[in-house]
Amino acid sequence: MKNSKKSKTKITQLHEISFTLNGKKVSCGVKPSAVLLDVIRDVFELKGTKPGCNEGECGACTVLVNDAPINSCLFLAVNVNGKNITTIEGLQKEDGSLDEVQDSLVQNGAVQCGFCTSGMAINIKSMQNKFKKGKKEFSREEIKKHLEGNLCRCTGYVKIIEAAEKLLN
Amino acid sequence: MKKDLKVIGKPIPKHDANIRVTGKAIYGHDIVLPNMLYGAILRTEHPSAEFTIDVSAAKKLPGVVCIITANDVDTNNISYKRDHPILKKGEVNCIRDEIAAVAAETKEIAQQVLKLIKVKYKIRKGIYDPFESLKENSPQINKFISGKFPNKNIAETFHYEHGNLEEEKKKSVAIITRRFKLPRMTHACMGTSNITASFNQTDGKLLLYSSTQVPFLYQRDMAHALKMNPSDIRIIQPVIGGGFGSKLDMYPFEPICALLSMKTGRPVQIIYSREEEFIASPTRQPMIIDLTAGVDAKRNFTFREINIVKDNGAYTSWGATTPFVIMQAFSSLYKLRACKFDATAVYTNNVFAGSFRGYGNPQATFALERMIDLLAEEIGMDKAEIRLLNANEKGEITGQGLHYETCGHKECLEKVIEKSRIQNPEYRTQNHRFKRGIGFASMLHVGGGAKIYRSDGCGTTLKIDPYGYCTIITGSNEIGQGSETVLAMIASEELGIDLKKIKVINTDTDIKPWDVGVHASRTSFVAGNSLLGAIHVLKNKLNKKAAELLKVDNSEFDYSDNKIISEKSKESIALDKVVREMHFSNPNELAIASYFYEPSSKFQDKQFKGNVSGTYAFASQAIEVEVDTYTGNVQVKNVYVAQDVGKVLNPLLLDGQIHGGILQGMGYALSEELIMQDGKILNPNFHNYKILTASDTPEIHFYPVETNDKQGPYGAKGVGEAPLIPTAAAIANAVCNALEVDLLELPLTPERVLKAIHDKNKNRNLKINSIN
Repeated sequence: MKNSKKSKTKITQLHEISFTLNGKKVSCGVKPSAVLLDVIRDVFELKGTKPGCNEGECGACTVLVNDAPINSCLFLAVNVNGKNITTIEGLQKEDGSLDEVQDSLVQNGAVQCGFCTSGMAINIKSMQNKFKKGKKEFSREEIKKHLEGNLCRCTGYVKIIEAAEKLLN
Repeated sequence: MKKDLKVIGKPIPKHDANIRVTGKAIYGHDIVLPNMLYGAILRTEHPSAEFTIDVSAAKKLPGVVCIITANDVDTNNISYKRDHPILKKGEVNCIRDEIAAVAAETKEIAQQVLKLIKVKYKIRKGIYDPFESLKENSPQINKFISGKFPNKNIAETFHYEHGNLEEEKKKSVAIITRRFKLPRMTHACMGTSNITASFNQTDGKLLLYSSTQVPFLYQRDMAHALKMNPSDIRIIQPVIGGGFGSKLDMYPFEPICALLSMKTGRPVQIIYSREEEFIASPTRQPMIIDLTAGVDAKRNFTFREINIVKDNGAYTSWGATTPFVIMQAFSSLYKLRACKFDATAVYTNNVFAGSFRGYGNPQATFALERMIDLLAEEIGMDKAEIRLLNANEKGEITGQGLHYETCGHKECLEKVIEKSRIQNPEYRTQNHRFKRGIGFASMLHVGGGAKIYRSDGCGTTLKIDPYGYCTIITGSNEIGQGSETVLAMIASEELGIDLKKIKVINTDTDIKPWDVGVHASRTSFVAGNSLLGAIHVLKNKLNKKAAELLKVDNSEFDYSDNKIISEKSKESIALDKVVREMHFSNPNELAIASYFYEPSSKFQDKQFKGNVSGTYAFASQAIEVEVDTYTGNVQVKNVYVAQDVGKVLNPLLLDGQIHGGILQGMGYALSEELIMQDGKILNPNFHNYKILTASDTPEIHFYPVETNDKQGPYGAKGVGEAPLIPTAAAIANAVCNALEVDLLELPLTPERVLKAIHDKNKNRNLKINSIN
């Protein structure tokens, strides 16, 4: 980590981890206490994953770990070894066009300040993945329940729920 | 000449949504500058104490670059009243107080070193109740005030009156008095407070990446604090993770960060943790409102007499001026013959309040609209009818001098009454456990800025480049609400340029023209009018050139499809070609125009009378709730909201403001309160401070009312704050309607609701017993 380079006074044992980040194999050394959020933001400099509370309450830092949405602020980085991580930067297609989740959020007016948006998009993506696998219909109430862990202070959630609803059903 | 609008009024997605939805938007949290240090602040452990501080051991920690205390800096006090030292010396007066600050090579070291600073406290008994502060023998809490008030702990007072109060009391057939209590709510922006400061020691210039809502006032305040020249301070606004009024004042952490950069000659960044955000960012003013009001035999409102005590906390922010707005609601919402208003902001050792969306109006509206229900019950009149009878009207000049050139109050009320009655004609449904009720509330708010500073204006510089792209350089800023998009839409509408070819530059004080800032629901109104002014000036230049090139009279031109079309001859010429001809042929001229728009509003006189805003917004809400009488839980089922928006500029963004405001208002009504005990905050986290989630979202039925105010751009009025303002009042009225209780305090937590049910049953049993 950038920080560990500077503080050489204390020698902490770094653990080497390898994982897939947005489709690419990567590896780095991390302290045992490092959380995934900091590794994503500080080591790989992907700033789209947002630090909203660092205590697992707001969902702004949600990323996919093997397709499951998790709060990366509570997830120890050593635990991602060998796993598949998708952040907001991994949603966009290679040609730069928006993923359909992102597009639905934009078209439905679900983005205001945008600080919660990455987490919301990733969470809706996980719903979509589930939908594709299980051919499951989502009711409005189920969508609301699924988004319960992602706080938003601007939108009142209505447009986000609608964006998910239109995309999934 | 009235033309069909091609862009305005269409549901166009946000101009800047793509960068936000792809994670590419750069917030303050994402900035990394070369050689940057990480700053952190040591705050007091006790809300009221004297202290000594020793940083000698802390300075020895490797990686620590700088530690400052009050002894190391030469600064002026900050805040609206200049009663707030940036770093506290010798004594602390609230739990937020900054006593030292550090800059270190890493975030970890910055946190670690805070623990090595030795502080010895001599704890004092603090004062946490404003009524206690007002007592004669209470000590003076803030030592930096001028002392113009008779009581040493008064920070600010407001007095207003119109009409003959005593006469109106005599004419009243019912008079009711109640005391209302309003909690300390906090903004809880998703992005925590942050700043990055970079001081250049060679030229003495300070660069700040700051999420302020009012960059030009902030520049002046920062210069005052640091004893600098304002023009040596450049403010760049990165993308803001939520504002809602929280970034109207400058707070100590901001000049502290600048000081750390000045001392070290390196960039320094301070980012609040979530806990710090709850503890050290502002709140809505907690208030005690004593209200007496009357109604006459004709069911008209006669008078309101209001006495408000506001807990100011230890220092004074812009929030102390909220009575400007509060008194407008009390004096001028619904027709009213007499009003007497007093408000006092009182120092305590609690955390200080700031400005928050609605600026005092949700508190006022809660008291006022609860009171209307009580008056209606007292005289046996329908709660909808009494509101319709007394609603404001177009052309009305209120007792305070607000001139309603347009007014959708009655239409808003009629709409929500009609729509909610279709759904629930009985108003109330009762089953043994779940009881439903409906509550009504309206609101009045400034809709065209608010003249509180020397200018309420906004500047715009507009340019078109030789490729036909347009750049709008506006003084106003985007804080997520979508003003950038609305400005781009206006330019597209008027200049016929594709939206994709329009850029908005609004983040740099060295470049953009002056503007008072994002507040008072003013941005689309004021910045929109400013842009229209600039477009007019630029079109005069373009028309002249187009006439010359098309060899037609310089008369009427139509701008569409990136072309300028002569209305007379129907000949057209590409806009970019006209610009190239202007730029590159003799006499060379730039396709640039600038304009400064100042609303027609006036300063109020010393008695607070006068037409303070360019226009006024009105809204009504009818809210249906279901109360679980076993648990005390209140569920909001349906929200019917009608709002006089003047004109819908973009329905998609308008919906967003309505929905977001309502959810914040629901939080204020039901769950949000910073709980304080002896000056300490007991719930500084999202686990215990409950903002609502997707699951709490009710069905929101929105009916925009268009009154086409001639002052507004295309007739539009300010929108942003209104949807939050009547929500808590309507919810409280609905709960009281469902349970037949009299709730006077927010939030309506399950405990309070259950207690109200319990008290009602107890009283009924007492009555039954006494009859028996």
